[in-house]
Formats: sequence, C-alpha cells, structure tokens
Amino acid sequence: MTTAPLTRRKAPVSLIAIFVTIVFLAAAPFWASRGTLNMLMEALAFLALAQMWNLLAGYTGLISVGQQAWVGLGGYLFFALAMFSGLPLLIALPVAALLSGLIAFPIGWIAFRLQGAYFAIGTWVIAEVFRLIAAQFSALGGGSGISLPIDVVKSLATSRGARDMVMYYIAFGLGIGSVVIVWLMLRSKWGLAFTAIRDSEPASESIGIRIRRVKFMVYVATAASTALTGGFIFLQKLRITPDAAFSVNEWSAFIIFIVVIGGIGSIEGPILGVILFFTLRSFAADWGSWYLITLGALAIGVMLVDRQGMWSILKSRGVPVLFKTTRWFEP
Amino acid sequence: MTQIVTLKGVSKSFGALTVTDAVDLAVESGEALGIIGPNGAGKSTLFNLIGGALQPSEGRIYWQDHDITDLPAAQRCRLGIGRSFQIPHPFVGMTVYENLLTAAIFGGDAQSAPQTCRRVLELTGLRPKANLQAGSLGLLERKRLEMARALATSPKVLLLDEIAGGLTEAECHALVATIRDIHASGMAVIWIEHVVHALLAVVERLVVIDRGALVAQGDPKAVMADPMVQQLYLGIDADDAA
Ligand SMILES: Nc1ncnc2c1ncn2[C@@H]1O[C@H](COP(=O)(O)OP(=O)(O)O)[C@@H](O)[C@H]1O
Ligand SMILES: [Mg+2]
Repeated sequence: MTTAPLTRRKAPVSLIAIFVTIVFLAAAPFWASRGTLNMLMEALAFLALAQMWNLLAGYTGLISVGQQAWVGLGGYLFFALAMFSGLPLLIALPVAALLSGLIAFPIGWIAFRLQGAYFAIGTWVIAEVFRLIAAQFSALGGGSGISLPIDVVKSLATSRGARDMVMYYIAFGLGIGSVVIVWLMLRSKWGLAFTAIRDSEPASESIGIRIRRVKFMVYVATAASTALTGGFIFLQKLRITPDAAFSVNEWSAFIIFIVVIGGIGSIEGPILGVILFFTLRSFAADWGSWYLITLGALAIGVMLVDRQGMWSILKSRGVPVLFKTTRWFEP
Repeated sequence: MTQIVTLKGVSKSFGALTVTDAVDLAVESGEALGIIGPNGAGKSTLFNLIGGALQPSEGRIYWQDHDITDLPAAQRCRLGIGRSFQIPHPFVGMTVYENLLTAAIFGGDAQSAPQTCRRVLELTGLRPKANLQAGSLGLLERKRLEMARALATSPKVLLLDEIAGGLTEAECHALVATIRDIHASGMAVIWIEHVVHALLAVVERLVVIDRGALVAQGDPKAVMADPMVQQLYLGIDADDAA
C-alpha cells in the first residue's frame, strides 16, 4: 500500500517497455530456435490462462480450482470440431470457445449455488465430472485419448515450419490479447466494478453494483477464453487425453502458483509469475517433485513477505506501474 | 409530505439474539432524522436492514409505496438509498476520486458522474485528497469518504452511521455545516450519532433505540428531556468519553 501521492504520468518509459517486448515477441519466429519457440508458445498460453484466473479470483473473488474444466472442454470441443465438422482449424478454435461459453451458463448457475471454499471445491468436482464424461466418447478415443489426424494437422499448413509459425502467432495473440483485453476492461467502467468488488463486496453492493451479475458475467467470459486457450494448447500438443485435458495440476495448481507468486489482483502479477515460472522450470526440469516443492515454498515465501506477491514488492521499491488504469481528478 | 422509507413491524434475529425488535418507523422525504441509543442497541443493524445488506426476520420495508423487502442492496441504492458503514469500507486500491466515480457511475447517473464527483469532493472537503489512494487515508478521512461515496450515488435519503466521533471542535462544526447543506438541498438524512450535540444541531426528529426496540421518538429537545432517555443518555455519554 503506497502512502505517498501517486506519481503522475511517467507513461513513456512503461509504454516503450511494453512496445519493445511486443516487437521482441512478435519477431520470435525469426530469432528463436524451435525449442525456444515451443517454450514461448507454452508461456504465452499460460499467460492467457493466468490473466483469466486472475480476473476471476483476483478481482471478483471467485476462487476456482476447476479451470481445467474449460481448458479440457475447449480442447475436446476443438478436436471434435476439427475432426468431424469439416470447419477450418482456425474457425473451429473460436467456435469451440463460444460453445464452451454457452455451456458455462448452466455450469455457472450450478457453481454459483456454492460460496467461498465450497465454490472452489465445486469447480473442481465439476471438472472431474467433465473428465469422466470425456472418457465416455469412444469417437474421441475414450479414456486413452486421441491424436489429431495428420491430414487435419496438415490443413493448417503443409510444412512443419509454416505450422510452427501459425501456431506461434495464435499463442502470441492469446497471450498478448489476454493482457490487452484485461487492461482495456480495467480501464472501462467494469474495471471500477471489478476493483470495487475486490476491495469490498458490501460496499460495492451499497453503491449499486450488482455483484452476482458481474461475477457471473466474468465467470462465463473467462470460461470461454480459457477454453480458447485450451483448444490452442491441444492443437499444439496434437494429442488429447482426458487426464491431460482435465489435469488439476497443470491447469489450476500451476496457474494459481503463477498468479500468487507474481501478484494477485494486478495485470503485471501474472506476467511476472509466468516469467518466473518458466525461468525456474528451465533450471529445474529434472528435479522431479522437488521442482513442485520449490515452487510451493516460493509461493509461500512470497506470500509471507507480501500477500500481493512479487509485483507488490517491486512496486513498493519504486518500479513504475506498467499498465496504468488510474483515472485522475483534474482540478 | 410523503413518506420515503417505511418500516412496518421489522424484526431481525441472529439465532436466539433479537437485534431489531418490531420496529415501526416512517421517514418523510427531505426529513432530517437522528438516531441514538447505547452501543449494541441495534442502530447499525437498522441501516443494514434499510440498505438491504441484511434481510429482516419479520416485517416489511417500503420505499414510498413499494415493498422493497426482497430487493437486493444494489437496486435499493439505485432507487435512492445511500448509506455509509460505521466501520469504513473504502475501495483501498483506488484513489478517492475513483471511489466516488464508481459510486456515481453504478449508483447514480453515469452520464454526469464526473460533475457529481467534483461537487461531492468540494462539499465534503475531500478535494485536496482526490488523487490519493484510499488505502492511504487515516480513519477520519475514511469516514469522510464513506459519506462522500454515499453522496456520489445522488441518493434521496442518506444514511450516516457515526461519522462525527474523534473530530476536533472545528472539524465537528464543519461537518454539521456540511450535513445541514445536504439536508437543505432537499435530501432526507438519517443520522446515527453518539456526538449528541452535533446531532441536535441538524435533526428535526430524534429516535431512541434500546435493545432493538424503538423506545422514544419526537422533537429532539423533548426526547432528550425524557427521564428514561436521560437514563440511557448517561450510558451514551460514558461511551462517548471512552
Ligand atoms: N451479523 C451479525 N451476527 C450476529 N450478531 C450481530 C450481527 N450484526 C450485529 N450483531 C449483534 O447485534 C447487536 C446490535 O449491533 P449493532 O446494530 O451494530 O448495534 P449499534 O450500531 O447500535 O451499536 C450487537 O449485539 C451485535 O453483536
Ligand atoms: Mg453501530
């Protein structure tokens, strides 16, 4: 919490930093090795997932440990559409996300019967039910999963290099897009509502914010965009199984670590968290479960220093805010 | 005059504890009503019931002629009920101005929100603090912000819960002047206050709550002169000194 007046408009530095990063990432296919490119794709997809979970948990206080429901559903719907509908892959992806958004209405209606910790557990149970249902579809490989047929894969682009390029730019769009959309949203009137709900629910209601509606809207929107990212993740993997698609470790625990370590309730937090997560992983790839223990210890350590995560620690040391959302009063 | 808020036989219990006990109360539009009573008498609970933060166990609450007992708090705010919390609930991650802007956009008229906020900042003396993070404010400023944020929703009735405690003599005078201005603009004010001399400088009618029940009401001077109220008032005075 800052006690000093907010410093006003040092925008150029942060804008330049954002611009340089975007150019650097946009040019990755021209400077990065295949391995690096794959790692960046994964990181950008995780960034999109983390931004969505942060919007849900960090702003509207809906602690979901069941986002794997939407990653997996997005993946499975995408595979089903890609294999059976004849839709081009780049159309099948957003259609799978839209369908997932529609399914999020009744699922959200059920999950919203539950509050707090029960909501968290409820979302997990829902994801498990999704996993069990996915294993029932023999056309999609049942319990052992299925690979995307090679002719379907080739419809994206015939050469492997070109496919990597297309996939990279999808990941780039998802990662950067998630940051931009969250930023624009926080700058709109809805950003005021999200921040108000984050800071005090009773006060938010008392000034006319219909918090259940806002939360439901955010739940459905984040479900759809999580499913979009999920569809992409399994396009990149070319293979889907119920266990991988609905993995609570991969799509909830890791995402929660990322957001908590980086800084919940800010745009910068998930970005910082993803950078940390992938840096750590590149060093600790073969530590086995020690890697997870380190990650957990790091999350707890950061929380003990500052519950708002690394970003808050940096901010209190004078690092300027990258994504400005403050509306200044002009006297 | 027309009644703006009416409580008919409103009770609230938490388990075996009855906190509001069959309260009948009608507030006229544009009226300035004071509420006093010992700590734990159920005054803040009354605001929670009127504002919609709590549902009554029994009885009905009306806005003009409409039964609003089942209406959520957010919609009551849009009807015109603006409330402050005794324990301030600022949006700590926003500036003071953004706190008001949020209230004006969601609880009032979004189109004129910036002008409304400018007026409220002037009125409440918060203008010099407009661009400070609300989380950096001290308790007194947070209380001021509570009032300002409720005002930013352009209410027809303003509920103030103990906002004068801890102020200096001069600050208390300024607060009284501000609330008089608000009342003079035609807004109804319901004010719960332990600082009785400040309250008496504003209100036209006084209500006394004890153990959840409405035990006296009427002209402030007459109510204060009532021996039973004097008895309670000694208790209030002791709280005030604490
Ligand atoms: N949510 C609640 N659950 C249980 N008891 C409550 C709750 N809110 C208030 N109370 C109790 O109701 C009584 C009246 O509280 P309150 O309305 O805050 O009194 P006052 O504002 O007059 O000091 C107190 O005894 C308090 O402990
Ligand atoms: Mg009280």
